[in-house]
Amino acid sequence: MKPAAYFQRNRDIHPPALARGYKSSIPRSPRQALLSIDQTISEITGPAFGHGDIGPLDHDLIRNFATTGDPVGSRIIVHGHVRDENGRPVPGTLVEVWQANASGRYRHRKDTYFGALDPNFGGCGRTITDENGYYVFRTVKPGPYPWRNHVNSWRPAHIHLSVFGRAFCQRLITQMYFEGDPLIPLCPIVRTIPDPAAIDRLIAPLDLNASIPLDSLAYRFDIVLRGRRSTLFENRLEGN
Amino acid sequence: MPQRLDYLIETASQTAGPYVHIGLAPGAAGFSIFGQELGQTIAAPEVPGERIRVEGLVLDGTGAPVRDALLEVWQADAAGIYPHPEDPRHAEVHPGFRGWGRIITDFDTGLWSFETVRPGPVPGRPGAVQAPHISVWLVARGINIGLNTRIYFPEDAALHAADPVLSMIEQRHRAATLVAARTGPGAYRFDIRLQGDGETVFLDI
Repeated sequence: MKPAAYFQRNRDIHPPALARGYKSSIPRSPRQALLSIDQTISEITGPAFGHGDIGPLDHDLIRNFATTGDPVGSRIIVHGHVRDENGRPVPGTLVEVWQANASGRYRHRKDTYFGALDPNFGGCGRTITDENGYYVFRTVKPGPYPWRNHVNSWRPAHIHLSVFGRAFCQRLITQMYFEGDPLIPLCPIVRTIPDPAAIDRLIAPLDLNASIPLDSLAYRFDIVLRGRRSTLFENRLEGN
Repeated sequence: MPQRLDYLIETASQTAGPYVHIGLAPGAAGFSIFGQELGQTIAAPEVPGERIRVEGLVLDGTGAPVRDALLEVWQADAAGIYPHPEDPRHAEVHPGFRGWGRIITDFDTGLWSFETVRPGPVPGRPGAVQAPHISVWLVARGINIGLNTRIYFPEDAALHAADPVLSMIEQRHRAATLVAARTGPGAYRFDIRLQGDGETVFLDI
């Protein structure tokens, strides 16, 4: 029996491969059309992860690299749900994050920005969503930083997120921005997305109800992965 | 006004950026943080099947190697079974077979490689088979949404004509961009060209 397919990806809400304002996309964007294929078992399956794959502190960026004390910066909680386009929770899926520290500096051998490294901050974390598709990280708010796109280009504060879902065709990497950041509308990477509403959905609001008094502010970031068709009836297979 | 459809809308993609390694392969970024990094073993040594090694470059539109890319691969085992509950035979998969791997390009040369077992043919539409293949997902700075493609093997040419993906490629010569070159016993080369002459066929899956 043919497996039920995932909904076609709506490319109108995603950035096109070529977005001239983001210069790195110019030599790295395919020029030919993507080949649209019928999903097969290769696309509707994908890797599974369990708690044996990760450690108990992996989701806590304040503690998972620290040796001499807590990292410097505004302590925040980032939390939300992973759902599919049908609104159903996606439980048990791996969510990985990475970010700059409070100075806007990445712990990466290729980052040469002179914003200070923080000896107690690695800048990455990972977790697995619970039975309701819920995830939570604790971290410090990343700083904005300059980059060489055009002269005086700055990235808004952001956290990178990588999500798997259940199927290889649901794989997604995105970036979360923070409500109120004036750099968001100026950013060439944000502006690769043609749909203003799709940009708004990448901006996490302050979630005061989830913050911890006298400790941490919270931001909420819900993630939506591709939804899936209902299982097909046997007698409707032809033409589907 | 008609009734409103209440589907949610997929979160928009953003580039993985130049520092993707921090999150997905921190050892390559230059530090050790997790007890284990994910995706380093696709098939443990004891997994049955022919051991193979695939290497290649990712080349940009100017012909230069992309040295900050990250690839993920997903494949069936030697018997053509995916380690996923929706494969009806998944209980037969050896526990050392993960089927998924994460590969980064060398920061100096751009070369990437991985070792695995050669996948078997997997089911296609009812009654049909797909030629053995490895699914690939590629991200990097400058790539706004992950690119999907497939690696096929030259030994399976007889199955390629009926393969549902290869047979759909309108410009027949472009199908060759999805077939690895054999460079020795169990050794293959698969260069990915993002743009220009010989541009790899990328898939909307």
